Amino acid sequence: MIRKTFEHELQEVKDEILVLGSMVEQAILSSVDALKKRDLEAARNILKADRDINKKRFEIENKLMILIATQQPMAHDLRLLASSMEIISELERMGDYAKGIANINIRMGDQPLLKPLIDVPRMAQKDVDMLHRALTAFVEEDVKAAQAIPMEDDEVDALYNQVYRELMTFVIADPKAIERANWLLWVAHNLERVADRVTNICERTVFIVTGEMSEIKNSDDEFWKKRNEA
Amino acid sequence: MTQPNPQNGKSEFVLETHDLGIYYGNFRAVADVNIPVRRHKITAIIGPSGCGKSTLLRAFNRMNELFSGTRIEGSVTFEGQNLYDPSVDPVEVRYRIGMVFQKPNPFPKSIYENVAWGARIHGFKGDMDELVVSSLRQAALWDEVKDKLKQSGLALSGGQQQRLCIARALAVQPEVILMDEPASALDPIATLKIEELMQELKQNYTIVIVTHNMQQAARASDHTAMMMLTNGESRSGTVIEFDETNIIFTRPKDKRTEDYVTGRFG
Repeated sequence: MIRKTFEHELQEVKDEILVLGSMVEQAILSSVDALKKRDLEAARNILKADRDINKKRFEIENKLMILIATQQPMAHDLRLLASSMEIISELERMGDYAKGIANINIRMGDQPLLKPLIDVPRMAQKDVDMLHRALTAFVEEDVKAAQAIPMEDDEVDALYNQVYRELMTFVIADPKAIERANWLLWVAHNLERVADRVTNICERTVFIVTGEMSEIKNSDDEFWKKRNEA
Repeated sequence: MTQPNPQNGKSEFVLETHDLGIYYGNFRAVADVNIPVRRHKITAIIGPSGCGKSTLLRAFNRMNELFSGTRIEGSVTFEGQNLYDPSVDPVEVRYRIGMVFQKPNPFPKSIYENVAWGARIHGFKGDMDELVVSSLRQAALWDEVKDKLKQSGLALSGGQQQRLCIARALAVQPEVILMDEPASALDPIATLKIEELMQELKQNYTIVIVTHNMQQAARASDHTAMMMLTNGESRSGTVIEFDETNIIFTRPKDKRTEDYVTGRFG
């Protein structure tokens, strides 16, 4: 095999993206867990961890830039490196959603949760599960998996709609609950967006392997369509 | 396949090969090539060493015939006319389809004479000074040599010599310029100058370039023909993929092209 060194560096990029991915997975799960327990110390740790996520993203971006400049990648290699650039920015934004949830937790101060969290942790669990498999599909360049995972976005959307409706009943019963309902709605919205970004990662994986750049699933459109039908 | 150009009635394709095979004696060096060369575009021919790139390039102006024992099968058409028709004068072909070689090869004469030479023996009757100046300008060399036209062409740097050879090719007012590794003996800056020059020249000429340097093909060309030796008993070179350069270097269809452009060939 010629270009052994380059091959090795490509593998390293994938490994680094997996590390970034696991940091993001951790952030999503702990942000919801901290909210559930109203643990403000844990929430502050998530803000700190987000800085590490951002740092890691810049490190990978720099590595990608150096590889592009020094190795002049073509075809599959070029698609892999360009897509990696996109994927790390998707991951970084998912990290921001977790940070957003931690911030809401902190802003809630000593006010109790409007209701016990049931569907919200489910959303987080589903997000992380999808993300984990999407990154595995990316590393293994598994087109079939990459095309299938976005279909599960419906489950996250359904949970979001459930949370939404439930919160509305609280608001209707007691308009003073609006602020606390809104906080939870933001949390659910952030988690709904995570799944959309998982879809973007899957689209990049398909592009890396096939060279075809297309939308697997327009999560946003479908979300609003279902919303309107409901 | 040929699309008439509504502007001047000419085909979009200046040159076309039809099932082209090229033989050195009994050895078939190139087989079954069917590619178009589009007007005012740069077509690059890439591929590993010994796959017949230069042989294919030389078939475009009947340069192979300068080696004895060469013959072709199939045909090459230039503006719709068969270049290899017995009625066609190969010398005339080489005027209309000029060539620039790997190593700059100026004549041991003055810069001026290097440019004027081809036009003069071709019977050019116009204003020779004007022709020399305009050829040197088109070759992006004028500013560097305008004060030393009487100096020897051999006194120029390698990059300048190559542009002098381009000026010399332009002076006979060809329609197509064939370039065989025109920058392989040049440093990176001189190489980029040649590539920039090619972009200027394609406004008025059609260019076919053979290059070992994939980045050069990617940077400088509009279309790329990927050549490779075929498997089998008689290993001939052939074009395995022809497409827009953008496609060849981002999502080639043939696995062998993919392996070659990503540096994994072999």
